[in-house]
Amino acid sequence: MSWQKKILRVNLSEGSSSIEPLNMEWAKAYLGERGLASKYLMESMDPKADAMSPENVLIFATGPLTGTMASTSGRYAVVTKGPLTNAIACSNSGGKFGAELKFAGYDLLILEGRAPDPVYLHIVNDHVEILPARELWGCTVWQTEEWIKARHQNPLLKIASIGVAGERGVRFACVVNDLHRAAGRSGVGAVMGAKNLKAVAVHGSVGVTVKDPKRFMKAVAETKDLLESSRGRKGLTKYGTNAMMDTMQEFGGLPTRNFHEVQFEGADRVNARAMMTSKPNGHVNLLTNKACFGCTIACGRIAHIDERHFTIVNRKEYWHASGGLEYETAFAFGPLVGVDDIDALTFAGFLMNEHGMDPISFGGTLAAAMELYEMGVIGKDDTDGIALEFGNAEALTVMAEKTGKYEGFGQILGLGSRLMCEKYGHPEISMSVKGQEFAGYDSRAMQGMGLGYATSNRGACHLKHDVFAEDMEDQSGRGKAVPCKESQDRVAMIDSTGLCLFTTAAWGVEEFRKQIDAACEGDWTEERLIACGERTWNLERQFNLAAGLTAADDTLPKRLLEVPAPSGVAKGKVCQLDIMLPEYYEARGWTKDGVPSEQTRKRLGL
Amino acid sequence: MKHVIIGAGPAGIIAAETLRRADPRSTVTVVGDEPEPPYSRMAIPYLLTGSIGDAGTHLRRGADHFAKLAVDIRRDRATGVDVGDRRVALAGGGHLDYDRLLIASGSHAVRPPIAGMDLQGVENCWTLADARRVAAGARAGARVVLMGAGFIGCIVLEALAKRGVELTVIEMGERMLPRMMDDVGGEMIKRWCESKGVRVLTGARVGAVSAADGGLELALDSGESLRAELVVCATGVSPNVDFLADTAVRIEDGVLVDEYLCSSVADVYAAGDVAQGPDFSTGERRVHAIQPTASEHGRIAALNMAGGRTRFRGSLSMNVLNTLGLVSSSFGLWMGAEGGETARAADAERFRYLRLEFQADRLVGALALGLTQHVGVIRGLIQTRVRLGQWKPQLLRDPLLVMDAYLDCTRRRA
Amino acid sequence: MHKSLLIDPEKCTSCLQCEMACSFEHEGVFNPAKSRIKIFEFEHGRRAIPYTCTQCAEAWCLYACPVEAISLNMETGAKEVAEDVCVGCKVCTIACPFGTINYNQDTGKVIKCDLCGGDPQCAAACPTGAITYVDADWTGYDRMREWAQKTHSQPSA
Ligand SMILES: Cc1cc2nc3c(=O)[nH]c(=O)nc-3n(C[C@H](O)[C@H](O)[C@H](O)COP(=O)(O)OP(=O)(O)OC[C@H]3O[C@@H](n4cnc5c(N)ncnc54)[C@H](O)[C@@H]3O)c2cc1C
Ligand code: SF4
Repeated sequence: MSWQKKILRVNLSEGSSSIEPLNMEWAKAYLGERGLASKYLMESMDPKADAMSPENVLIFATGPLTGTMASTSGRYAVVTKGPLTNAIACSNSGGKFGAELKFAGYDLLILEGRAPDPVYLHIVNDHVEILPARELWGCTVWQTEEWIKARHQNPLLKIASIGVAGERGVRFACVVNDLHRAAGRSGVGAVMGAKNLKAVAVHGSVGVTVKDPKRFMKAVAETKDLLESSRGRKGLTKYGTNAMMDTMQEFGGLPTRNFHEVQFEGADRVNARAMMTSKPNGHVNLLTNKACFGCTIACGRIAHIDERHFTIVNRKEYWHASGGLEYETAFAFGPLVGVDDIDALTFAGFLMNEHGMDPISFGGTLAAAMELYEMGVIGKDDTDGIALEFGNAEALTVMAEKTGKYEGFGQILGLGSRLMCEKYGHPEISMSVKGQEFAGYDSRAMQGMGLGYATSNRGACHLKHDVFAEDMEDQSGRGKAVPCKESQDRVAMIDSTGLCLFTTAAWGVEEFRKQIDAACEGDWTEERLIACGERTWNLERQFNLAAGLTAADDTLPKRLLEVPAPSGVAKGKVCQLDIMLPEYYEARGWTKDGVPSEQTRKRLGL
Repeated sequence: MKHVIIGAGPAGIIAAETLRRADPRSTVTVVGDEPEPPYSRMAIPYLLTGSIGDAGTHLRRGADHFAKLAVDIRRDRATGVDVGDRRVALAGGGHLDYDRLLIASGSHAVRPPIAGMDLQGVENCWTLADARRVAAGARAGARVVLMGAGFIGCIVLEALAKRGVELTVIEMGERMLPRMMDDVGGEMIKRWCESKGVRVLTGARVGAVSAADGGLELALDSGESLRAELVVCATGVSPNVDFLADTAVRIEDGVLVDEYLCSSVADVYAAGDVAQGPDFSTGERRVHAIQPTASEHGRIAALNMAGGRTRFRGSLSMNVLNTLGLVSSSFGLWMGAEGGETARAADAERFRYLRLEFQADRLVGALALGLTQHVGVIRGLIQTRVRLGQWKPQLLRDPLLVMDAYLDCTRRRA
Repeated sequence: MHKSLLIDPEKCTSCLQCEMACSFEHEGVFNPAKSRIKIFEFEHGRRAIPYTCTQCAEAWCLYACPVEAISLNMETGAKEVAEDVCVGCKVCTIACPFGTINYNQDTGKVIKCDLCGGDPQCAAACPTGAITYVDADWTGYDRMREWAQKTHSQPSA
């Protein structure tokens, strides 16, 4: 009920697959998706294993509510050890792939080993095939989807795949599903590439049932109504996530030119309004909005690039519509690299999807490269003749394509900012935590966010905690530890349900509880759910400690800790991590060294 | 107005019902020579597999259905027609006068001219009576030879296999379904059948059948001989037109009819398997012995008999078939049109195949294996002669986009 | 006057709530593969078109059926399949020029939209009003009906 109670385990080295019953004890302790996959990961591999080695394990996981009528039920997570961070990686995606995997009858797909030759997986319910992908190797994500559907004459297949970036080990390569949804962060696509796995194609017709259909449908109707009438939801539907640009700009939390500034003079040329406004020649960037599976929010943007724009004027193959700018992409290709040309941003966004890369990390790495260029550390000889100056739109799009195709300087960018900056002897230029680049929120203006970045188990990430309201209210580090910890647990729980975090625009824990409780066996209270989240957080932490990370990795770059914000509400302030971190460890029940105490582990059954 | 219909199959019955609606005050008499209430041959395979009983084959439910409609169903056989006096002679001795006559007598199975085809244990599978005899002989484990792997043969094949017989299929043509599938599709279906334990001999011919130890022995031209308890013959049919022998009604492969379903003789119409009417794809006259054509013919013939002037745009040759779980379908000029273009996509390992045939930028024919969703749009595209425009090159590259093309084109058209 | 499903593709976000609602209503599970309504997406999601039976007056499926398994529900105007009568011959699936009656391999029968007996769940589930259930006179179905006419072999009967 709601869980399919089946996992599909594929050993790529042996070319074998088996269907196993789901460990229900674990399911009840970790729900599904992020939590459950973390548990399976921990049990299936040695955390010390090299992320790019066959010993790493790659898990695609759905949640108990994935593929149900609950709003936003299209989520799945890709969990593995990430090559960008050498820590546990958990990337969450929407689209239709996750629900399809569930409809095929699986809660989890576990991939082990490394195929001797490139392969892809073809799954139709119980029918599982590991098929040669020689012809697909070197193809883009978009070509791959088309090829596989045609090959199997099945337009109903849903596909998650990698581009050349993933094949060649770009450290922030992602897994893209349904053309433009992505399990974006931490380089999960590179792990897939290292396994010689090009794609997973799935069609399912088993369906999903719930424990108490009547109660479930009632809960679903009520929670959907809440979403429907919520202001936050309406904003997401109308403007998409890029509505955030204005908030951050006004606030002074918009990282600009590799965090040298926190406000961007060109913000209103790349914000949500700009996407909706017609240019003098009549072109409007935004075409429509689009939902992931089951989602009644539909924050996704579908956009197109002006055909006369320099990036595509001679490239008709890009004259179609595709996934448009989300806030993080707009921030990373706009303010962070100083570019204000919305068509260039959109094109670079297309390239990210087409070649399978994380825009945040790409933007962060490019920003670092631009800083190195302006410092004179690297020059045109290194950058294939391109002037990597902040604000250069061509630098953005050309480098995006080079990295996607793993050509020229793109191979260096493909290292991610940490390794690249170390290579050039300037590690301080990399704006990252545990090797992963920041999202579009400056920790000097948003202290709780800073703590969240520093402690996130997958490296800098804005989506693993939620202290937004507290940060907006108060720009000091005081009192942020507890809400940060609590929100991390809550978010970990939500990430494990199969639903989307954005529902929190209208839902509290109770809304998740009543849907879970009607759908899944067992009596679900809010406490039990939160405990699942806290357990997950601590398990991830244990994975990282076992992998060799320490409290020393729970930190931020000097630029945020020592250089005061130049403007905005936090003008003159730095991030007060030194205050927050000890409080945080305490709130977590961890030792001063950031290790979960015996008592904590016992309490959580770890 | 007196309407007489010869034949109580789908064409005749749909015509009778349509007449009743279109011409409420007329008398409608249907003469049928089979003992059962009007039934559908198409349902025979499902009777053979036991998924339905006799009643499940009936065209209409309710014992008083026809009485309520005031349609007179007579069990008798037409033996002759006097088109001058407008009179049908009946085997029972009586006769029926008509103002308008519909010939909907279908066809009958014919066996090849081979020695031994009259032996006991050799059966057709065309009527309910045949089906009962086939069922009696096709016990689980029995050795059964099916002669003919055309459309009807393949339908019967499925039913026989489901009864658990040890089945061998013999087809003279070089592939299964020679008139419904091309080489690629025919080969896939053959491989599929073999993988399900059915022996398939194509390009094979039975020389003679003889009795042997209480069973039958078939001598093949190849020299091989086969033993069987039952031989089912599905090698062909011929129209039921003997009662028209002395009339001016023109007959070729069937009763020739014009676009009003009227024969060469005024007030004599024909419909269904017996009629050779306009073919949508070629404009020529063809017998399309399929259920949808019988139903359309019956309806339109009746509207015209009732005094209307309804033109028939021609029937589209189309079939859908389930061969041991492998669904195949064919439409129109699947073999290609002159000067046309072909798009193909095949996955032999997974038994999927799609072939589209175009003439200019219109779809004129198609073959599909393993496709069960939205197949009907193929008919829609062909029959409305939708101009595919920019979709055609895309379909040539990837025929699977046919549903997308359909939606896009029809939305733009509308 | 019968009510009909009015479909406005402009409003469709392709969330598939309708497909889940349909499969849940008819099969008791969330299973878009068994939905009678289907969303088709074009050009990377730029457009999405909800597609299902229009309960056309021509009723191709109904007339093609050899065993009278499809009948007209007088109250709703829906053409409904009687599962216990259907033998699964699939003739209706090729007869329907809209492709909106489909074979279900699992049951060996065909499935099509039956308007849920007058309370279509797809319309109830649609969050954007892309699918509504309204009086037939003013639905956009006229367009599709018009097209249906062209398929029809009897232009003016
Ligand atoms: C086993 C089998 C499976 C089939 N499966 C399919 C399928 O899947 N799809 C499909 O489209 N088609 C199928 N068909 C073909 C389909 O059944 C025919 O096309 C359809 O029955 C034609 O209808 P009809 O009314 O023209 O002729 P018939 O159904 O043959 O009816 C004619 C009737 O007239 C009677 N009759 C003949 N002569 C006289 C006379 N002189 N006096 C009185 N009565 C007379 C006959 O006995 C018969 O009862 C199948 C046929 C068979 C045998
Ligand atoms: S599949 Fe069922 S409903 Fe369709 S024509 Fe055959 S018997 Fe009738």
